[in-house]
Amino acid sequence: MTAAELGRALRRREVSSLELTDHFLARIEDSGTRLNAFVTVTAERAREDARRADAEIAAGQGGPLTGVPIAHKDIFCTAGILTTCSSRMLANFTSPYDATVVEKLTAAGTVLLGKTNMDEFAMGSSNETSYFGPVRNPWDESRVPGGSSGGSAAAVAAGLAPAATGTDTGGSIRQPAALTGLTGIKPTYGRVSRYGMIAFASSLDQAGVLARSAEDAALLLAAMSGFDPRDSTSVEQPVPDYHAGLEAPLAGLRIGVIREFFGEGLEAGTGAAVTGALDQFKRLGAEVVEVSLPALPLSVPTYYVVAPAECSSNLSRFDGIRFGYRCESPRDLYDLYTRSRGEGFGDEVKRRIMTGTYVLSAGYYDAYYLKAQKVRSLIAADFQRAFESVDLLFGPTAPTPAFGIGEKVDDPVTMYLNDIYTIGANLAGLPALSAPCGLVDGLPVGFQLIGPQFSESRLLSATHAYQRETDWHRRLPPAWA
Amino acid sequence: MTLTRHDVEHIARLARLQIREDQLEPFAGSLSRIIDFVEQLGSAATDQVEPMAHPLQGMVQRLREDRVEASDQRDLFQQNAPETAAGLYLVPRVIE
Repeated sequence: MTAAELGRALRRREVSSLELTDHFLARIEDSGTRLNAFVTVTAERAREDARRADAEIAAGQGGPLTGVPIAHKDIFCTAGILTTCSSRMLANFTSPYDATVVEKLTAAGTVLLGKTNMDEFAMGSSNETSYFGPVRNPWDESRVPGGSSGGSAAAVAAGLAPAATGTDTGGSIRQPAALTGLTGIKPTYGRVSRYGMIAFASSLDQAGVLARSAEDAALLLAAMSGFDPRDSTSVEQPVPDYHAGLEAPLAGLRIGVIREFFGEGLEAGTGAAVTGALDQFKRLGAEVVEVSLPALPLSVPTYYVVAPAECSSNLSRFDGIRFGYRCESPRDLYDLYTRSRGEGFGDEVKRRIMTGTYVLSAGYYDAYYLKAQKVRSLIAADFQRAFESVDLLFGPTAPTPAFGIGEKVDDPVTMYLNDIYTIGANLAGLPALSAPCGLVDGLPVGFQLIGPQFSESRLLSATHAYQRETDWHRRLPPAWA
Repeated sequence: MTLTRHDVEHIARLARLQIREDQLEPFAGSLSRIIDFVEQLGSAATDQVEPMAHPLQGMVQRLREDRVEASDQRDLFQQNAPETAAGLYLVPRVIE
């Protein structure tokens, strides 16, 4: 069942939140280390939340998410609960406060099942860089679930949680959603507060949702969104009622197919499934045209200058002094810094910090960083131009279905190219969504919709219309059905 | 190879990262591949283009009044510190 359906069953008193919570906790326990989707399971806290929700429901109070269990990516700070970012650096870090996203979803009545595994500091596309080991894809446990929100994706896909939060800096919600058959939305930059969300690349990071349907994504996103004075990039704009907007008619919607996303590198089966989804949108009354965004193919190299540069700055806070890992018996302050960071961070995080340090260093700043910022402008301008003639842009989410664990770990550039279709939306700060549209050799693939800033409602209603006519989002991994 | 072992040592020093001796060569290799890969940005014509630092174009940084809001939570925060004494963070001796 979807989160929305569970919420309705709770309000009809067909099931209690405590029963639901125990059901999901048992599934998490049964899954053991098979998927490795969770870093921390908060069973006691979950039952407390559930009892409170049941009391609210009994009193005739609460909203659509009251009593619905969820999981948070371990990048969100949770007061009194381990918050590790899947790094040795924070393996013992208990957050003193709640992230705004956590606070808001708790206020909406959700039950916290636990914290999900992820790529270390959200740096990865396969969930293989986690200090706590790789997460496995429930559709084929020898394959990756995508990353960096791989634990959230695996948990929801395997029915260990009805929905989960994620973050998306270059595709970290949409790519795992595609690889595990889920609906994942990354909203407009500034829509959801970044307060208490451990920073990777501050001009790109956004929180969002991994769920089983557009309806669930709408419910959770509405609860998470809104202005927060504690995040200086939070936008002061009212949050539309995404759920009420779901029924907006699709007829007449102008969808632009991104020509650059259907070239070399797109696996044939994935391309066919995505084209099939496009045909469905046509049957539903959408007008489909082809559009070209010529600067878009440069989004991966642009990202791999901008994101590491911002990460090298953000991760300088981990110094082994105020919180986080500290090495044994440091000789002096320099030794304390370098060994704490050398031992506390994994290889991919070190690689990104060093890439960022290099592109920001004297003599290289103009050639790499300033150049990348200018190309970022070109990419954003391409999107803006496209949205003068279409309402939404369409393409695949990832170039292939899930790949094997260990298959791409040796070459970072090959790994980075997994995000070739998702990074553009982050660079331009646009909302984007991935939804399942087929199976290739038993593995899910997804289509992607990208909209102008603050068009989340349109992304969700278009996907909802698609999901009313199709059942790809209802498919479950056979081993976990 | 764009970057040498020596370059990696220099960058690691700037970033305050200890890199094991046997990892210098592999990092020089992977960082070189990344730098070679991003070189393709050079092909874009950007003479008249303004750099973009964040995606909310036309928005200005919001400021708040400078008044005390947060309460003193030193004890709570220091529960996460590796070493403290009398409310202070301890570090190795800096001045001999």
